[in-house]
Order: sequence, then structure tokens, then C-alpha cells
Amino acid sequence: MAIIETKSLTYTYPSVLKPSISDVSIKVEKGEFVLITGPSGCGKTTLCRCFNGLIPHFYQGELKGEITVAEMDTTKHQTHAMAKSVGLVFQNPENQLFALSIEKDVAFGLENLGLPREEMRERVDWALKLTGIYDLRERSPHEVSGGQQQRVAIASVLAMQPEIIVLDEPTSFLDPLSAEKIFEVIHELNKKLGMTVVLVEHRLDLTAKYADHIIIMNEGKVCFDGTPRKILSAEETRLIGVGIPKATFLYQTLLKEGINLNKFTPLSSEELASLIMEALLNT
Amino acid sequence: MIEVEDVHFSYPNGVKALKGISLTIKNGEFVAIMGQNGAGKTTLVKHFNGLLKPSEGKVHVDGVETTKTSVAALARNAGFVFQNPDHQLFSETVEEEVAFALKNFGFKAEVIEQRITWALNLLGLTQYRKTSPFLLSGGERKRVALASVLAWNPSTLILDEPTIGQDYRQKEKLRQFVVQMQTQGKTVVIVTHDVEFVAECNPRVVLMKEGTIVADGEGREILTTPEVLAQSSIVLPQVAQIFMKLAFLGLPRNVIDVYDAKEIILKALEEKQR
Repeated sequence: MAIIETKSLTYTYPSVLKPSISDVSIKVEKGEFVLITGPSGCGKTTLCRCFNGLIPHFYQGELKGEITVAEMDTTKHQTHAMAKSVGLVFQNPENQLFALSIEKDVAFGLENLGLPREEMRERVDWALKLTGIYDLRERSPHEVSGGQQQRVAIASVLAMQPEIIVLDEPTSFLDPLSAEKIFEVIHELNKKLGMTVVLVEHRLDLTAKYADHIIIMNEGKVCFDGTPRKILSAEETRLIGVGIPKATFLYQTLLKEGINLNKFTPLSSEELASLIMEALLNT
Repeated sequence: MIEVEDVHFSYPNGVKALKGISLTIKNGEFVAIMGQNGAGKTTLVKHFNGLLKPSEGKVHVDGVETTKTSVAALARNAGFVFQNPDHQLFSETVEEEVAFALKNFGFKAEVIEQRITWALNLLGLTQYRKTSPFLLSGGERKRVALASVLAWNPSTLILDEPTIGQDYRQKEKLRQFVVQMQTQGKTVVIVTHDVEFVAECNPRVVLMKEGTIVADGEGREILTTPEVLAQSSIVLPQVAQIFMKLAFLGLPRNVIDVYDAKEIILKALEEKQR
């Protein structure tokens, strides 16, 4: 069953002439891990804002087409009603942090749900530990680094345990190892709890391996939608500015030289290394 | 030239961010400062244009000690682009944003006009000239911040995480731009986590950990030494990861570039066929 579905979704910000997304029709099944990517300014963030009703309720402007998220028409349900089902982690963590301590920031959404104190305590600690900021819980979110702020933003959304988590470049300020750990955590929640994940990312080298399918946007439209292997083996994806993993690119470069290592396109360095190893050892 | 001599720095809240840093960056060098979150990278580069002054030790920029001059005087030669563009953007239009520093430096109106056009074109922002920076996407705002600094043509460029939110095409442009800056003899210092970007540019790499420098040398060497990288939370570039796994076959380890990789693999396959 599709947990997110849009039909010919078109949206124009107030006082802007051109729509930021146009004619977007996508489907995300319950429990899927979906990656949205595409060149800077292609409408990825705008689409995310539609998923929890920030568009049109907060941003206003003109929304056409249909959108259903967790069985709700987002145009008819206010953002706060969606919050239980959809958690959105913003691109810039400063846009969502405001409390005096990190712990309070993470607890804020739960307070609004009116959860019992004990459960709140448990969930806050759980989210703080998962994101590796338990030791920082009494600090102000405004005095920690950009990367740590991103962890706080992720923790506040995870604590809500929404059915769907939408993350807009959630680890851009984190170092690669920390980013990888966060993606591992999200992948695990996806696999174990069946949380549906929509991730906006440029860095496919870190994330393509987790995705069930990848949606590529360009100039407000969806131009590809398919499995990672299919998407990344298409030459066009690179041409519109999608940075495919270096391992995949090396595989394609070898292919052009007439070296066909295998039928499937490798997505990670492990996959390509074993293909090369086979080719070199195989007699 | 930037000369950093045994610099220590503590923030007012007592956090010791730099613990004895010594480093020389020559004119025309391209340096990537890498390391995990909280290693002190941003704190260090803020010393290069005087935004921060050392608690102990000295920083000289082109022979002038940073404590003996103003940030305004240093800024003319060292342009700084912040990690988070929202920390530096404030004007109502992209054009005004780019014009701001130029006006402050007292450039003539025609020159300002020329420079704006040049910088916006270079960064693919011409269509947004009259748009508010706050209506742009995260990646675009980042480029506006970069354009506003490039416009006054500083001799040193300090870019804090320039590739955040940038797609492949923009990163490639940035890379070409950095190469172009180098041919003009400019110094470029980037603070970054983006190993793949560094692997494509192959600059000098300065690796930091907890306020100290743990490695300093050629990108190709540092980015292919996992023991060194691990202590700074940096992962190997994908090409290096592949060659790490293939090392037992007698292939070289220090490969970070896709095209070098291709040549080496083709040669190995050829030899095997013989």
C-alpha cells in the first residue's frame, strides 16, 4: 500500500512566477527506503515540504494536483495533525532548534503528544543515544557544532517515532564516518521498525546502497524513478548533475574500454572490488 | 603567505579548540583542511583573516601579525565563505548581496557592475540576480555567499565546507574554479569532509584531530592511509577503498583518481591475458 502518493502535484511559491515542482506523480510504499536526488534547486526540498503539509499551510502559494500521505490529504489536514505520522528533518538544523537544552528540544514534540512522563523520558534517551548525543543533552543546541545540531534535529524527529521520516540532506555538516553511522541507524529503523524513509541526498556514494528506489528530479519534475542499479547505470543521470558513486563511475569507465566485469552495475566499492578481483584471478 | 606558529586558542566558555598548531601556507597553494566534527578546523581558518586571534602563539598573514591589524584590513586579501550561508547573507536581492563588500571597499560603480555580472555568471546565478537570497535553495544560497566573496577578488580564498548541498555539476564547476584560481596564483584553503571532492582535486591535505595536526602532506598519500584517516573520522575515497582490497594482488595502494584507476586495472588485465 502506498503511504505517500502524489498525482500531478504542482506547486508555486507566493510571488514567484514559475512552479518549483510541476506534475510530480510518485508513489512510496509503506516500509520503503526512498532516495530523492537531483541538481541543486530542482525542487527536492519543496517536495519534502509537501509531505507534512508545510506546503500549503505554512508557505501558502498555489498547490495543484493530489497528495495523500499516511491516508491523509495534506491540504485538508494541518501540519500538527500530520506530525504524528510524518517527521521532517530540515536541511538547516537551525531552522528547527529553539529550546534551551538539547534534551528539551528532543522532548518538545512528545510533550505536545501528551505522552506519560516515563514514556517521554524513555523515548528521549533512546533518540539521544541512537544519534550519539546523549552526553550533550544538557547543552544548548545553539552552542554545539553544525554537525551536532543536525544530530539533535534528527533525534527530535526520531523520538516522535513517526510512520514516515523525511530527511532533507540531514548529515551535510557531519564528517563522513559520523554521517555513515547516522545512515546506518536510519537504515536499521527502516528494517526493524518498518519506518518508511524518504531521504534527500546528493551523496549517493554514501546512500545508494540503502535505497529501494531512487527518484531523480530535474527542474521541478521527476525524470527518473527506479531501482538504484537501473538508475545509476543510465548515462543520463550523470549528465543532469547527479553524482553517482565513484565505484559505479569507474565500472562505467571500464565498460567504455570494453571491459565488461558483470551484468549488474556495482553500487559500492566492495561490489566493484570483488568484480575486479574475480576478473584478475579467474583463469 | 599564512604562517601559524604554535597557536593555542580557547573559547570564552573554556573549550580549548586549538592546542599548538604550526603550519605554513605559501602563496598559490591549494590546501584542504580535514578532520572530524569539533577538530578545530573552522577555528583554525578563522585565524587566517583575523576573525579570531590566538590565545597563545602568532599568526602572520603576508608578514603582518593578525593581532596588530584589523579584520577589515585582512579581509581585503582573505575572503571567507562560511559553512552556513545563512550566517552571512542579509541583503534583499542577490545583486545587492554581491555588491555589498564591493561598495565597502570603495570600488567604482562600473567596476561593481562588472564584477557582479562576472561572479553571478561564474556560479550560475545570473537568473537570480534580482531574487531574494532567502527564496533560493540551500545549494544556491551557498553559491551566493561564494559569489559575494569572489567578486572582490581576494588573493586568498577560505571556503568552509564549499561542497555542502552542491550537486555533481556544481562541484565539478567548483573544482575547475579552484584550478583556475591557482593558475592565477591565488591561495585556496578549503575546510571539508568531502573526501571524494578532495580526491578529485588532489590538494595538500592537513588532517586535524582534537585541536592538533595529525598529518600534513599530499592528498594521494594521506587519503590512502586508513590508519591515519580513521583517527580523524574520515573514510577512504571509494577508489582508494577498492585498491585497498586489491593490494594483495600486487596493485598499488595509493590511487584516488578514477582515470588513474582505469589505467592500472586495464594494464593488470592485459598482463593477466599474456
